Amino acid sequence: MAEAALRSAPFDRTRLVQWLQAYGVYAGVAALLVVNTVITPHFLTAENFRTQAVQVAPVIIVALGMALVIGTEGVDLSVGAVMALAASVTALYLGYGLLPTLLVVALFAAGVGLANGALVAFVGVQPIVATLALMVGGRGLALVLLPQLKDLRNPSLASLGSGDVLGVPYLILIAAALALLVAFAVRRTTFGRQLLAIGDSRPAAQLAGLPVRRVLIIVYVVCALLAAVAGVLATARLQASDPTSLGNLMELSAITAVVVGGTPLTGGRVSIGGTVAGAVLIQLLTATLIKHDLPPSWTQIAQAIVIVAAVYAARGRGKR
Amino acid sequence: MTTTNTDAPVTPARTEPPQHAHPVGSARSERLSALVQQHGALAVLLVVSLVASFSFDSFATGDNFSNMATGSAFLAIVALGMTFVIITGGIDLSVGSLFALGGVLAAWGSRHGTMMALLLPLAVCGSIGVVNGLLVARSRLAPFIVTLAAMLGARGLMLALTDEGADTYLIGKGSFLAELGQGSTLGLANPVWITLALFASGALVLRRTRFGQHVYAVGGNEDAAALMGAPVARTKILVYALSGLLAGLAGALNAAWLASGVTILGSGMELEAISAVVIGGTLLTGGLGQVSGSLVGVLLLKVIQNVINQIGSLDSSYQQVVSGAFLAVVVVAQTWLGRRRQLM
Repeated sequence: MAEAALRSAPFDRTRLVQWLQAYGVYAGVAALLVVNTVITPHFLTAENFRTQAVQVAPVIIVALGMALVIGTEGVDLSVGAVMALAASVTALYLGYGLLPTLLVVALFAAGVGLANGALVAFVGVQPIVATLALMVGGRGLALVLLPQLKDLRNPSLASLGSGDVLGVPYLILIAAALALLVAFAVRRTTFGRQLLAIGDSRPAAQLAGLPVRRVLIIVYVVCALLAAVAGVLATARLQASDPTSLGNLMELSAITAVVVGGTPLTGGRVSIGGTVAGAVLIQLLTATLIKHDLPPSWTQIAQAIVIVAAVYAARGRGKR
Repeated sequence: MTTTNTDAPVTPARTEPPQHAHPVGSARSERLSALVQQHGALAVLLVVSLVASFSFDSFATGDNFSNMATGSAFLAIVALGMTFVIITGGIDLSVGSLFALGGVLAAWGSRHGTMMALLLPLAVCGSIGVVNGLLVARSRLAPFIVTLAAMLGARGLMLALTDEGADTYLIGKGSFLAELGQGSTLGLANPVWITLALFASGALVLRRTRFGQHVYAVGGNEDAAALMGAPVARTKILVYALSGLLAGLAGALNAAWLASGVTILGSGMELEAISAVVIGGTLLTGGLGQVSGSLVGVLLLKVIQNVINQIGSLDSSYQQVVSGAFLAVVVVAQTWLGRRRQLM
């Protein structure tokens, strides 16, 4: 930092790199918006923005929880399975009304989060393995509860999925509110500081007397609860419960959004704004390619390139 | 990611350093822990197989065993490469996509002769493995992210080759490739023989060559390995190349077995392979493990699958629940044993 300040050359490469590392993902989103405005017909319409935002909302919600977990130097592979589980439970309990259903969904999700957190915090299992078990088992359980797709006809669920306030869909409002809440928790609360300290160095946090186990368990429970919210919202939007394919590869999309947004996998640092922008960047990229009739295979290859480029650019921001 | 996660959980209540624990008299129990960690999966496999053969008449039959062996062969080859990667402390999420890509390339190439059908998947999947290795070793990117990108990229490439999954390339009947995949020698299917040969070579390479020593050294402690003169970057590049090659080969053999390059295969295979390796006693933190364990891990997953299929009334989704629960139990047991070994 001092080195960058001392140099007063008109063009400072170090500062450009630092700027890109900090704001590259926002610049990417802005660039895609500009490019699309120029080359994509009907891009600048309220309808299109609404569609894109509604599609990206569940990814953002899952990625928020994933960002917290990654901040503790962990990873949660079970989020897709939790979405499927939430969909199954919703279908099973919807007969009793929306509110009781949401409570049962939250209980299931908290159970998954507790199991993940306990394996990581008390047994000392690596997060990737601890959550792998529930990734496999959780979707199995979702399919045991509800073996196939089921149409849901419930007015309150339908309005949750497609209703809006002054033209802004509930899905977007919920995603935005959750993002603000999580950002506040990370930046302004003791819990947030403890989380980052644990991600920075778990032994040091332990020696400093932080409640490491409690924080880790809360982080995994929050991550599972957010995934369940995304699962219910996606189910509400589809008006169908689809435990087979809902949330498939969601863990990878969420991790990608977090990492592209500049949160290092090595923990100790979390960027919530970057995470939201990362999810939006990938959604816009996919939409751009699809709108110009490029086949899905290109989308996947482009995603792969963006991921490597973003991580390469953010290299060295974490520890070491 | 896995390379940095080497810190063992520290318990605040137990601040006593490990060297003050009792070194005398614990040697036997330490050896027992090591034995359970290395061969626990084998013991479980034997018990499950024994119980299953008493419970179901159709389990302990030659037909069923040879079906299970053939069904395990392809996953086992993928898990072999994964074992090398995990011992270096890395992870390879791209193997499922490379498996599918290898199958499609083999089937596509079979129009131009057997050599093309075998060399094309090996060349392409091996190259993608080399790129993975270069990014991990030279650019120091997290293996998780690099191979995740390769997973997306390779699947995209496979879709591009097959007109977004609409085209299926067939492998001609009676060709050498078809014979290699579908034929059998001395009562065992050819893929099973190939798998056994690959595992024997893998065990030899890991245990008896300098490269094998480097693989363990890099996974044990990368900095120490570098200080001792082990070629850390080259070793990492080689293990990812090996993993890519083996995934491509497994895909090609599977395509030969099915007589076509099926585009929907391989998704989730990376996780099955990782599960098998972990169940087989290889630690995800690196530095410890053996290929025989991974073979046992694959067989265990297949036997459980088979048993659940034999219980006709059970839905196949229970298979996932049981696999997940089983993985959790094994991992908890392993972690517990691993920590005991560290404390003693």
